[in-house]
Amino acid sequence: MSEPLCLSGVRVEHSAIGGARRAQIPATPPARAPAVAQTLVAWGLAGPAVFFLLVLFLLPVTGVFVIALSDWQFGARSLSFVGFANFREVFVDAGFRASLLNSVVYVLIVVPGSVILGLMIAVLIESGRSLRSFYRAIHFLPFMATLAAMAIAWEALLHPTIGFVNQALAVIGLPTANWLRDENTALPVLAIIGIWQNLGYAMVLFLAGLKSIPQDLYDAADVDGADLWLDRLCIVTLPMLGPVSMFVVIVVAVRAFEPFDAVKVLTQGGPGHASEMLLYTLYRESFEYLRTGFGAAVAVVFLAIVVTLTLVQARIMGNRVHYQ
Amino acid sequence: MASVSIDGIQKNYGPTSVLRGVSLSIADGEFLTLLGPSGCGKSTLLRILAGLEVQDAGSVLIDKRAVDGLRPKWRDVAMVFQSYALYPHMTVASNMALPLRMRRLSAVQRLPLVGRLLPETARITAEIDVEVMRTAKSLGIGHLLARKPGQLSGGQRQRVAVGRAMVRHPAVFLMDEPLSNLDAKLRVQMRAEIKELHQRLGGTFVYVTHDQAEAMTLSDRVAVMVDGELLQVAAPQDIYVDPDDRRVAEFIGSPKINMLDGVVRERGVVDVAGSALAIEVDAIAGAHITLGIRSEAFHFADHGGPGVLTGSVRMIEHMGSDLLVHFDLAGVDHLVIARLLAERAPHIAVGQTLHVGVRPDRVLLFTRDGRRLRREVEAGRASVTPIREIAR
Repeated sequence: MSEPLCLSGVRVEHSAIGGARRAQIPATPPARAPAVAQTLVAWGLAGPAVFFLLVLFLLPVTGVFVIALSDWQFGARSLSFVGFANFREVFVDAGFRASLLNSVVYVLIVVPGSVILGLMIAVLIESGRSLRSFYRAIHFLPFMATLAAMAIAWEALLHPTIGFVNQALAVIGLPTANWLRDENTALPVLAIIGIWQNLGYAMVLFLAGLKSIPQDLYDAADVDGADLWLDRLCIVTLPMLGPVSMFVVIVVAVRAFEPFDAVKVLTQGGPGHASEMLLYTLYRESFEYLRTGFGAAVAVVFLAIVVTLTLVQARIMGNRVHYQ
Repeated sequence: MASVSIDGIQKNYGPTSVLRGVSLSIADGEFLTLLGPSGCGKSTLLRILAGLEVQDAGSVLIDKRAVDGLRPKWRDVAMVFQSYALYPHMTVASNMALPLRMRRLSAVQRLPLVGRLLPETARITAEIDVEVMRTAKSLGIGHLLARKPGQLSGGQRQRVAVGRAMVRHPAVFLMDEPLSNLDAKLRVQMRAEIKELHQRLGGTFVYVTHDQAEAMTLSDRVAVMVDGELLQVAAPQDIYVDPDDRRVAEFIGSPKINMLDGVVRERGVVDVAGSALAIEVDAIAGAHITLGIRSEAFHFADHGGPGVLTGSVRMIEHMGSDLLVHFDLAGVDHLVIARLLAERAPHIAVGQTLHVGVRPDRVLLFTRDGRRLRREVEAGRASVTPIREIAR
């Protein structure tokens, strides 16, 4: 790793500073000492970040890979390598398949839900005159709050007999349900809680995006005859939010793959596997069933999905939203 | 085409008064420039004309029709913005077509897929395309229609912005400092193109700038604004030669006009900086007045005497055929600048004593509070000031 850095240091010497220097002292090669000093400075500046990246990210990831290839159990004193047996096991495991499918369904509900609602709320807040910071705050609150604690509030709301939701539904004559214990409703309810939590984040990002749209463009649209609310939205607001939208979709999608606290508190993945999702499966296999090798294989699959998702989205959307 | 009439426009932002009763009438087909330092309210006035801001008092008439309270699109005006305000996600063709699409296609016809199926959409769209192409060609941007604004240079973007304004043949063109984001060379070139455009289209142009060279070269008339007030509206030459107000005289012209305090000694004689100048002035003896002397109203004199000012040279700028000589005068706290012909003023050096004569007919007189004092006999009112000197 030191080679490229050292080289780049020398290259800077040649191109930026060296140009003038060479003109003055054509025969002498660039001095050795400054190049070494530059390399040291470069490592000194990058050092803390490299250290933490190594300790907090690269080493654990490598560790997970190693464990995924072994039969290690949490707490065991010895392990032996079993090749890809854990991965084979993961993909035939009915629980994991259900969990993967649930995660995908959850993401497909939460991402559009949070992004569209977040955008709508941001546009509404921005177009209104009064109470802007109040609306901003109440919509952002769920994102700031500890979800484990909030989940208990949701549990109370969704309680089958004394919960507010069922009582309200009963009053207006709609059918009620045991939301968290019914295999048809458990996952959608978790997804709604996911939307509730993420839309504030999407909203804040969209609000920042809206603020950065030049007023001149709205004025130009006015003069050009596009002065109705919908026209302004389609001609200026939405296209100008393109780059922000890309960011929001990626961030929310990655977040939507990792719901844990709500699952743990509200449903424990049940009933059956109806609301089990990747991170919860990972946790349960590793720390409750102590099948650490299996859990590590799930973690690798999870990491692969999140990284792929990020790359694909950046690719697809990057081509369409950059204006400069 | 249309005339524009502005009557008693006032605009306040909170306690700050931005426009204080501005009235102005602009003839059909005229090129009028609103000129003033930044913050004088000229852009606000333009935005009020466009309908982007609402005035607190007064009214605007376009083509003898009151347009107060009308949305911009009902005013038949087009605007070119300082930032160009092109839609970055649309091609040049779409940018230019937008004003026509908004006017000629209904909301349903503009829908992405459904709209195309409606009977008239294809015909109207084809018409629009033809008009966009024609306009683009006339501006020399026909080959750029498929590009997006991000891929264009500053000058090309500027043309697209002008094209978007032109394409629907508005009655009035409003331009808000359209050249200020261009480099100096391109600015001069685009200045000529805008002038040519005005002659070709024959529309009414209202042009906002803080650049007096643009104002002087482009305009039929210049309206000088300072601190929310319209100080003078006149042809470019008159603004320079015959300003109504001290602030106008000081804003127009480069180098800035020299302002010297003087006292009327008797009829026809004014004491200034230790010399007596023979200047007809309509004021009583002992009155304190201010003399505005442009740098070119001085001429080199071999020796002191009546009507000659004497000072010491502090700095010399060589301008080719002319010298700009900055010199001290006794009793004047700022440097005075004279533009002297290089061949008539040889061997001037810093520190040397300088004698300069003043052409009395070129001296502008102001009261101490800035109003112009006109002489009854404007003998030989200078008609020699070439515009290019100001525009330099």
